[in-house]
Amino acid sequence: MFSAAKRHPTRKEVVGFDSWGRPGDSVPGLLELWEPSRRYAEKPRIAERSILIVEDVRVEFGGIVAVDGAGFRLEPGQILALIGPNGAGKTSLLNVVSGFYRPRRGHVIFMGRDITHLPPHKRARMGLARTFQHSELFMHMTVVENIMTGLEPWRRYSLLDAALWTEKARRWEEWARWKAEQVIDLLELHRYRDRVVEGLPPGIQKRVDLARALAQDPKVVLMDEPMAGLSREEKEDLARAIVEVNETQGVSFVLVEHDLEVVMDLCDYVVAMESGRVIAEGPPEAVARDPKVVEAYLGG
Amino acid sequence: MEGNGAKPYDTTFPWLLEARARRSPETTAFRWKRYGVWRRFTWRDYYLMVRWAALGLYELGLGRGDVLAFIMGNRPAWPIYEVGAQSVGAATVGIYKDSLSDEVAYVLQASDARVVLVEGQEQLDRVLEVLDRTRVEKIIVDEAKGLHMYREKLGDLIMTFRDLLEAGRRLDRSEPGLYDKLTGDLSPEDPAGLFTTSGTTGRPKLAMLSHRNLLAMAYQLNQLDPVGEDWEYVSMLPPAWVGEQMMSIALHYVAGFRVNFPEKPETVWEDFREIAPHFLFAPPRVWERIAKDVMAKIEDSDPLKKAVYRASIAAGYAAAKRRLVPGRREPPAPWRLLRFLAYWAALRGILDKTGLKRVRRAYTGGAMLGEDYVLYMHALGVNLKQIYGQTEVAGIAVVHPDDDVRLDTVGKPLPETRVRIDPETGEILIKSPAVMKGYYRNPEATRKTLDPDGWLHTGDVGELTEDGHLVVHDRAKEILVLSDGTRVAPQVVQNKLKFSPYIAEAAIIGHGRPFLVALLNIDYATVSRWAERRRIPFSGYSDLSQKPEVLELLRREVARANRRLPPRLRVRRFASLFKEFHPDDGEMTRTRKLRRRVIEERYKGLIEAMYRGEEEYMLTVELRLEDGRRVKATRPVKILDAPE
Repeated sequence: MFSAAKRHPTRKEVVGFDSWGRPGDSVPGLLELWEPSRRYAEKPRIAERSILIVEDVRVEFGGIVAVDGAGFRLEPGQILALIGPNGAGKTSLLNVVSGFYRPRRGHVIFMGRDITHLPPHKRARMGLARTFQHSELFMHMTVVENIMTGLEPWRRYSLLDAALWTEKARRWEEWARWKAEQVIDLLELHRYRDRVVEGLPPGIQKRVDLARALAQDPKVVLMDEPMAGLSREEKEDLARAIVEVNETQGVSFVLVEHDLEVVMDLCDYVVAMESGRVIAEGPPEAVARDPKVVEAYLGG
Repeated sequence: MEGNGAKPYDTTFPWLLEARARRSPETTAFRWKRYGVWRRFTWRDYYLMVRWAALGLYELGLGRGDVLAFIMGNRPAWPIYEVGAQSVGAATVGIYKDSLSDEVAYVLQASDARVVLVEGQEQLDRVLEVLDRTRVEKIIVDEAKGLHMYREKLGDLIMTFRDLLEAGRRLDRSEPGLYDKLTGDLSPEDPAGLFTTSGTTGRPKLAMLSHRNLLAMAYQLNQLDPVGEDWEYVSMLPPAWVGEQMMSIALHYVAGFRVNFPEKPETVWEDFREIAPHFLFAPPRVWERIAKDVMAKIEDSDPLKKAVYRASIAAGYAAAKRRLVPGRREPPAPWRLLRFLAYWAALRGILDKTGLKRVRRAYTGGAMLGEDYVLYMHALGVNLKQIYGQTEVAGIAVVHPDDDVRLDTVGKPLPETRVRIDPETGEILIKSPAVMKGYYRNPEATRKTLDPDGWLHTGDVGELTEDGHLVVHDRAKEILVLSDGTRVAPQVVQNKLKFSPYIAEAAIIGHGRPFLVALLNIDYATVSRWAERRRIPFSGYSDLSQKPEVLELLRREVARANRRLPPRLRVRRFASLFKEFHPDDGEMTRTRKLRRRVIEERYKGLIEAMYRGEEEYMLTVELRLEDGRRVKATRPVKILDAPE
């Protein structure tokens, strides 16, 4: 009469279930369930020069100039904030970097390569990932499934493989699931793993969005207002996750952000925009005191 | 290792582990859910990891006589570390994960621990906070997340569990005979662990239990209630608690079943349902919670489901009552049939949803579980048995045999355990190979508790029935005496009140007074649902606890409890507190036993007002807000009379 609990696996599944363990589960394999401290000893440096260079970008929509010659440089391992009042052009600039907008003028150079005209999914394959202001998750799918969609650019098996469920398809799916689980572990999403995204609180949805981006093993993550709509505790959790990834994997971040407290705490470098141009840049304390910035925020 | 005439429990954990690893190396010893998947560890894997942990600890300079601490949840690093420590002749002491810094400092100081194993960053921070008050030289971290924040201390003060195992493995390769040499020096009388006693009064003491103590208890239990080697168990209670220690390590090594370690504390219940263990041991609050949740879900369901449930649970009750008769393991045939129907109609679904479907034996201990709850679980179809014991006797001394489960007793002594009642004081005395060696570095307390003949003075008051069952009344110190001389065991009254799904805690006051009064904590989960159904608006616990409709509800519930108590034990007046009793405030122990003295002191004003016949009192208490801040709150508390 009570609907049975979510169908739980049979004993056979539970016992033999170590798809990505080594056969026989020998001890060396099990040791990998724990992390050595050397992984945390130093922040990895994943590139020698500026990892992302945005130069003199101009974006126009019909007659409106959204971005008027703005740009910045992102160093490896840096957390950079793009701040500015509404309409300053921050999101538009970000969209140029991720490939959703074509700039009228200017260049985006990533890992030494000019990607200005590269389609978004190819940028993802190169290691440039992004999250969205409203998460843009697949509402009817579960958290795990959403994270795995982040791996689409790397899918290696064909429709035929999928139809016949060949070894190739199976292996790929297992690999994708393993990557998703690693990010779930990093962002503490275990209890939400099989929950459909729709019912989840906004703070969790943001973490899933970030998880999806991180599953791609990116070098740079672009985040559009990640803290919007989050409670104090949720902001702290998300900030902690960003720092963890930054410190242990050397991943750089570009955050478009309104919450100045978060920016001061979290970011190494700040770029302030107004009316499509960069009006100040530098370390957070310096930019916060810059009179042009103060005026732009308070001026109206 | 086992001489002739020696008992099977005259051995040590490392020896037992090695024997099992040689006998059944490929059998699953335990599982750990990691990255979404249950990872399997065989006895051989377990043995190798303990061996490496031991050598890693040896390399850190630890050995005979040392005490190693841990602040862990239910994760395999805990038993591996513990038995590894034992292998080099050391003992471990567990600290509850939710302990405050002062509590952490106290145990670390009292045990002189030089090494602590912590679960993760949160526990690491707490140790760092009190570090300079202790002798801790090394902190080993199980879950390494966040360690980038302690870079300067890595390699010196802080290492990870993997580092420890890798160091041990290297040492094992260069000195292959070392481990056997170390374990060769062990003796069953060596202390295996120190355990904090719950101490409802004063500072906790550290009870020293030897390998022999713990294993004797496990062997006796396995003799009475044998556990199958293919049975599943889920480790979910605090490892610092002797009960969890008993099941996940001692009984595990003796009976060889499978221990399952959940993925995260937040996923425990899902993991529990997924595994559906064959037996479990849980304190009363877990059983209370299960029962309350089931009852609440029924309240929320449609009339048809309610009707089917009511019929089924009635059948369950009928069958249970006829099973709980001496000599019976099962009710007679006609009631078995009734139970069968009830099972398929409704109970099976409930048991499935709560993960209790495969449970063959369930134990409750640590405090008295109200009779009503015990009977309810039996009616659902769970073979729940009370146990009685103490940390000082390695956990269990008395338990119900399957064919002699009774509601009003805590069972019969284990096969090699003797129980005696002091004729003058009524105190329960225990003698058994599981009785502790003494309190660590506290000979005076030891002398007060262990008499020269080896009898343990439990501090509990009770009596033995004609057929050898033990009845526990209460902690001797807790018995209160009314002004007319009536002796009251507050637990009895408390449990009657707590059977209501709406009452989470009830502190019974009345020592030296003409009658009993009660300070109640509402059960937020059930009462909030109740209030929502009746469209009563409220803004949190404090607010809800004072709503007139809720107070009326409580009045009815107290009346119901009173009806089932003898006249002198009835609660005459009660108040609903706007702050819940909490271990962090000293009002309860970490195992959630109420500290009556502290409560009486803190709520003195309110209690006086209750006895003066007043109807309201302005109560001032310190509240803890969600973000950790503490504020003083003064609110009026209504005092109500309970109908007779």
